[in-house]
This record gives sequence, structure tokens and C-alpha cells, in this order.
Amino acid sequence: MGSLIHLKVNGQSQSHEVEPRLLLAYYLREVLNLTGTHIGCDTSNCGACVVLVNGKAVKSCTMLAVQADGLEITTIEGLANDNELHPIQEGFKEQHGLQCGFCTPGMIMTAAQLLARNPDPTEDQIREALDGNYCRCTGYHNIVKAIQYASEKVKKEVFHD
Amino acid sequence: MTNIIGKSVKRVEDKRFITGKGRYTDDIVLPGMLHAQIIRSHYAHAKILNIDTSEAEVMEGVIAIFTGKDIAEAGINGVPCGWQVDFKNGDTMKEPPHPLLVADKTRYMGDSVAVVIAQSKALAKDAAEMVKIDYEPLEAVVHAEEAVEEGAPLVHEDVPNNISFDWELGDREKTNQAMAQADHITTLEFVNQRLIPNAIEPRSAIGDYDSANDKYTLYTSSQNPHLIRLLMCAFVLGIPEHKVRVVSPDVGGGFGSKIFHYTEEALMTWCSRQIGKPVKWTAERSESFMTDCHGRDHVTKAQMGFDKEGNMVGLRVKTFANLGAYLSTFGPCVPTYLHGTLLQGLYTTPAIHVDVTGVFTHTTPVDAYRGAGRPEATYLLERLIDKAALEMDIDPAALRFKNFIPPFDGVNQPGYQTQVALQYDSGNYEPVLRRAMDMVGYQELRQEQAQGRENGKLLGIGISTYIEACGIAPSAVVGALGARAGLYESAQVRVQPTGKVSVYVGSHSHGQGHETTFAQIVADKFGIAMEDVEIIHGDSESVAFGMGTYGSRSLAVGGSAIMKGIEKVIEKGAKIAAHKLEASEDDLQFEDGKWTVKGTDKSISFGDVALTAYVPHNYPEGLEPGMDFASFYDPANFTYPFGAHIAVVEVDTETGKVDLKKFVACDDVGNVINPMIVDGQIHGGLVQGIGQALFEGAIYDESGQLINGSYMDYTMPRADDLPSFETDRTVTPCPHNPLGVKGAGEAGTIGATPAVVNAVTDALTPFGIKDLEMPVTPEKVWKAIHNNP
Repeated sequence: MGSLIHLKVNGQSQSHEVEPRLLLAYYLREVLNLTGTHIGCDTSNCGACVVLVNGKAVKSCTMLAVQADGLEITTIEGLANDNELHPIQEGFKEQHGLQCGFCTPGMIMTAAQLLARNPDPTEDQIREALDGNYCRCTGYHNIVKAIQYASEKVKKEVFHD
Repeated sequence: MTNIIGKSVKRVEDKRFITGKGRYTDDIVLPGMLHAQIIRSHYAHAKILNIDTSEAEVMEGVIAIFTGKDIAEAGINGVPCGWQVDFKNGDTMKEPPHPLLVADKTRYMGDSVAVVIAQSKALAKDAAEMVKIDYEPLEAVVHAEEAVEEGAPLVHEDVPNNISFDWELGDREKTNQAMAQADHITTLEFVNQRLIPNAIEPRSAIGDYDSANDKYTLYTSSQNPHLIRLLMCAFVLGIPEHKVRVVSPDVGGGFGSKIFHYTEEALMTWCSRQIGKPVKWTAERSESFMTDCHGRDHVTKAQMGFDKEGNMVGLRVKTFANLGAYLSTFGPCVPTYLHGTLLQGLYTTPAIHVDVTGVFTHTTPVDAYRGAGRPEATYLLERLIDKAALEMDIDPAALRFKNFIPPFDGVNQPGYQTQVALQYDSGNYEPVLRRAMDMVGYQELRQEQAQGRENGKLLGIGISTYIEACGIAPSAVVGALGARAGLYESAQVRVQPTGKVSVYVGSHSHGQGHETTFAQIVADKFGIAMEDVEIIHGDSESVAFGMGTYGSRSLAVGGSAIMKGIEKVIEKGAKIAAHKLEASEDDLQFEDGKWTVKGTDKSISFGDVALTAYVPHNYPEGLEPGMDFASFYDPANFTYPFGAHIAVVEVDTETGKVDLKKFVACDDVGNVINPMIVDGQIHGGLVQGIGQALFEGAIYDESGQLINGSYMDYTMPRADDLPSFETDRTVTPCPHNPLGVKGAGEAGTIGATPAVVNAVTDALTPFGIKDLEMPVTPEKVWKAIHNNP
């Protein structure tokens, strides 16, 4: 009754037999124990479950695990190497871009796509990019600053390279 | 590390959250764990005629199904209410039971009817769909002022007119006289609409019964683990408290909605005992909408009287407070002692009377949501003042300045005794408003507004000044007011032999950053590194006791408990240091992490004293070894933060859309330990307040259906709805707690809502519009504009 899927998650190959109705978000959390991907709603509105699918930010509750067959997934756990922080993660810490932390992984993964597409976004562009992610703690003010911090940092690194 | 109080230290808890290593309740997987699906009523009011579980019981993976009948037969009580507000005539508050699963009738959409336990969440859900329930739908009532009418459907048969209590505060006679003599009376009739808190982490509970040791563990997404343990053990399940451990691990936001003891907590604990395996329940968002306690929902008529010069002479308030279908843990306290008592505001109004009727309806229970009563009081006052200013043609800022209570610090001048029971601790109100006006450029904006009006541009400037009451206490006073719990806090300061410090706190962090703020205090006072301090919270097995986190109390009450422990350590340390240094205790001073003999270079470090306490070979005679102190702190009074917020909006006459262009906030939360964290609390609070003003509101139809119970339908502020904020502070220390702190968690929410609505009505003045119901949606604004000449 299950379907066999092969995919790469955070650089590691995975093969599992999954129920066809299993959502990618639940596959990541319950099969792979990658609980950094959070589930905050059942209508694909909150963005807490955003992961990168072949580099694109996707709400992992809008996608079935079987649809991820053959694809490459990056979750919050795989954004940086162990004991290192990605510039966006660093930005969230430096600019107090999180409080309870529940929306944070989805925010960071969404920001990762934004900066990949537009390394130097304006405040309005950042706010627009976060349109699919709810945060109830921060009022978004410091999330915007966190992404600006990451943008600055990446620019400097590129410049130094 | 000395002098780190007052510094914006980056948060120590962040690393786990930004790397996906946070541990929330739903992340926990226990061996053999089963999953629960709760079957909820889709009728607001219905008789349960029959429940047929036969088909579901034999489905794959189904372990058990329990109904209300099983709960009743097991003799399980409902979840209790923690605050008693009696009738004016002395009659006891009506407090019908709130069963874990209802057996006879459902009383709101979402009421729990049965629970299916299966090997996976999906199988439990499949089976739940096969449980057949015959309902007989009954007429429902959802609005408080309709529920008290004769002949309205009763939520509970033994509660006449659906009234749980009625209550008053202040001097009715004196207020009526003052109002009769007033030169001008401004009247406001409004609904402070029902809000749904919507913490982004859905509630979750895991019951885990260990038969070998006859021990229970409950993991729950709660702001308040110790109180949950007490209520569940003593009032619901009747199991000995020492046999129950309650753990609240990382919690993804609360805003009040996770303070209360919910039925699911006791239900999962009980189910685990029946089955002998751990059972997990995690709400889907639609369940969160239906069953997380809602907030606000007041219907109010308020009148403020003025003399010819614009001095406030009286305030009269009548409120119907919707309590929902059952009394939640602090439900009765919110519209009474957290609302009526705040109606003095920052003003000298000499006569105040407030009358509140607490009403059951066929809706989700209502309890504390960020601000809890204080936003309702502030909205009432600040809207009245702005409406009065318009009617009397006085600048709204000038009207406020005219009526502010003069400054008092609570040390050289006494606290301010209000007309509504409270005594404010310290306050200096004029500077916050002056500062906010400077920040926003008030006079220039008024000019810009006047010019804009000539060109059809609708700019609005809205002021709100607020006071709130945090860290409600002392226990003896709140007990006299109906609280069934004390409102102190506990902390245990354990200095380890190597001088590292573990602090066990009874407050609970779910975003507030306690692991950082509390560590700053401890490191600062002991003169040690932040890395040498660990803050432990949220587990009844390690933390002796606690009253949890709500009402902006953690620092004012919990931080003070830590300070007591710190003082005890320093006091005992001085005895050990004096012995080791062969000096008198009076000759020692403790500074920069060491005790020094005054005027000499003889000293002993904090770490050496700690080691000596645990290796007491050369030790003062008669002194106990060890360095570990439990403290309880019961404050002398509430704390009273205050502030001024100003919103600037532009209204599009074509679409009715309100564009929030600018928002400034100058708050006074007393002394500040970590400015970065305080600013973050203010930002988040502001957006919840702005959310109420412009976007949010639960909508029930007449049959009691919650018709906007999803993120598709209930509008919350998103990043692109908002500007960045400008914040500043004045500092008026609290005179009665050791840190001089007042609390910052709710300030933003309390001040922001009326500021925004005042700004919108200010913008619409040219249309003769004096008032708009929240949320101020484009539709309402457009209609108001186009229905007016």
C-alpha cells in the first residue's frame, strides 16, 4: 500500500515506503525526526513548515511526501554545517528576530530564498517576501532587521571574496 | 560579570531555535506512544442522543474510544475555575462543571464529545470519522446582551438568565451626582470584539503513565505547569500531586491562551492510565480556533463627564462580558479585577463607577488574552477622551495633559490611591506623552493634516496613553478578591561547588527570553560570567513550585524571587569569606565576584567560597554546608507600567483602506534589564494591538458557528501590513521590588489598539464620523465615508 520514495534531505540520501497521503511536513518530522520543521496550521497559511525543495521555498504541508521523490530538500537543520550559523541564522540571533522560535525555521528558510533571488532587498521587498509567514511574537520588526543583517553580511563576504 | 544589567545581551536560548533544535511538546516521541483524535461538536448547542462507536472500534490500529459517559462513570470532575467573583447581593458565582468529555449536551462548537486513541494520528482521525453521533440541535445564543434576556436559550439549565455573576466597583452614588453636575458628557457604546489568540504553536499534550512506579508525566504546551499540576491532581483526577510530573518544554507562544488548565491535559493523563501507554494529542489549527480560550468580547456603554474647562469629573461604565460556555481558569477575573480596577487610567477623575455582568453563551470560553481586561479598560478611556476632545473642540493631547495625575515616585510621595481600589506604585505621565509627540513630530503632523484635508488627503493622528497593572499580588489581597491561588513566585538559586550557578524558576518562558534576562541578573549580582549561569524552568520535577508566566509578572515577581536567593547566597558567602579571610563580616565588601577586606587587597573569590561551602574543612562553626537557597517572593503591590503611543494613518477614500504609516511608542516599564528584549516585547505587543484595531475578530453566526475559524478567514497582521516602529522609554522605577522593574509583556497591546482607532476616526473627522467599530476594515471605513454627507 505504501509508495517507495528516494530523495535527498540535507545532503543525505533517504529511501522510505510512505503512505500516499503523507504530507512532506509529516514525513520530515515523523519519519526523519527533523522536528525543526514546524506545523502551525492545516491550511497552508502560516509558513512554519517552509523548507527548500530543489532550492525553492515550499510550504511542506502543501506537498505530499511522494511528490518529493527524486528531489533535494533542505530543512532548517541542514542550512548550515554543525556548529556554524548561516548568515540568516546569525542575523536572527543578532537582531533578536525571534522570541518563541516556533515560526523561526519557516521564516529563515523563506528568507534564504529571498536572498538567493535578491541579495539586497529593500524593507518593502522583505516584508512582501514574508507575506506567507505568520509570526505572533515579534511584530516582524526585528525579523526584517535580521534579514537586512544577513543581506549586509553576505554582501561583505562577496566583496571580500 | 558585573554591569550587564541594562545591556542588550544577545539571547542564550536562540541557538536551539535558529538551528531547528527547539523541543516543543509535539516534537516529543515516547516509546509505544499512541495518538488521540478528539471528536468535537460541530453544533454550538445540541443534545447528544446516541454515540455509536462500534464501527470505529474494530478499525485498524484503534486502541480505545472513550465518551462522556466513560468519564462520568469514572467519577472524573470537570476542570475548575481559579477565580470566584460573587454576585453583588452576596450570592455565590454560578460555576457549572466543565467536563473533560460532555455526556448530555454540547455547549459550544468544539465541545469535546469523545476521544479516539489509535496507533497513529491518521488512523485515529480515520476512526473518529466513523464514530456516529446523533445530535438534536438546539437554539443557541452567542451575544452576551442577548443571553441575559428573558427566554434566551440557557447554556446551563441551572444558571438563570445565563448570568454567572454581576459585580460593581467604585461609588455609584457619588458618580451619578458628579455626572448630573457635569457640563459635558461624552457617551460611547461599543463592542470590544472577541479575539482569538493564535499562538503559532498549536496546543499539545502527552499523558504518560508509568505503572511500575505508579507515576504520571504530562507534557503540555503550557505557560503554567505547576498550577496545571495542582488543578489537575486536586480538582479533576484526584491523584496525589507527588505522583505527577508536569513538563512544559519549549512553548511556541502563549499570549495568555496557554495559562489555563485545559480539558485535554487531564484527558490525556487519564487515557494514558487506562491504556498503560503514552498518548499524545496535538491540536489542528481549526481545533485551536475553536478551543483555545478567546479574549475580550465586552459590550460596553461608558460615559465620561467634564466640567467647562475640560476637567474629568466622572466616569460611568456598564459592561456585559461574554464568558463563553464554561468558566475558564481566570475567566471571571478578567472583566472585573483586571478591567474595572484600571478605569482610573492616568487621570484624576474623582468619581468612577463600573458595573459588569458576566454572561454564559454558546461560544468558546473567554479568558485572559495579552493585556486581559487592561486593553478593554484602556480602549474605553482613550476612545472616550478622543471623542470628548472632538466634541469639546480641544486638542486630544491637551485634554490628556490637563487631566494627568501629577508625578509621584512612591518613595518621597505616596502611591496614588485610585477610585477603583488600586494604589499606583509610581508614575510620571506627562513626559511619556511629550516624548511620543516629539518622536512623531506632532505639531508638524497637525499642519500636514490640515493642508492634506484641503487636497482630499485623509491623514489621521491617534494618541493613546495607558497605565496597566502587572504582577498582580500580594496573595492576601488577590485572595480577598476571589483568587483561589496565591500569586507569589519561587526561585531556587543553587551555587554548584565550582561556582557555577543553576537557577530554578517557577515562571515559564515561551518567547520572553528568561534564560537570558534572569542569567544577566544572576551574573551581574555575583560578578560571574553569563556562561556560568543556567536558568531552568518548566518542569515540576526540578522546579519546586511556580505560578507561571502571565500578566507581565515574570521579572517583577519571579525576578524578585531570584533576587531573594541571590541575597541569601551573598549573606552566607560573607560568613564563609569572613572565616577564610580571618576578618569580621562587617569589614567585608562583595564586589566584582569577590569578598574583599575593606581597605586591603585581601580577598576571596565567589568560586572559592562556593567550593568551601561544599568542602567545608576550614569552615565557620555551626554553619550548614552547601549553597542552595529556595525563595518565595510575594510582592507588596502590583506594578504599574505606563506609556504613550501615537499612530499615524492615511485613509484611502476610494477603497476605505487604512494605511498605518507610522507608529511611535514611549513606554515606562521601570528599570530595564535587557533593552533589546523589552523592545522586542513592545514590538510584538503593538502588532497584536494593531491586529485588534484593524484586522482581527471572531465571528459567530446566530447558530453559534464560528465562521472565521481558520487562517484563511481570521485575519492576522502580516509583515507587509505594518511599518517598522519607533520606540523609546522613560524610567520610573517600581519602588517596592528589589529590581525596580514593572513588566513589559502587555504594554504594546494595551496602548496600540486605541491609538490606531483614534487615528482612523481623526482622519475621518471631515466626514463627521466620530466612531467606528473594530476591526476597522476597509469595508466599514468605506461604508462610513459613503453613508455620510
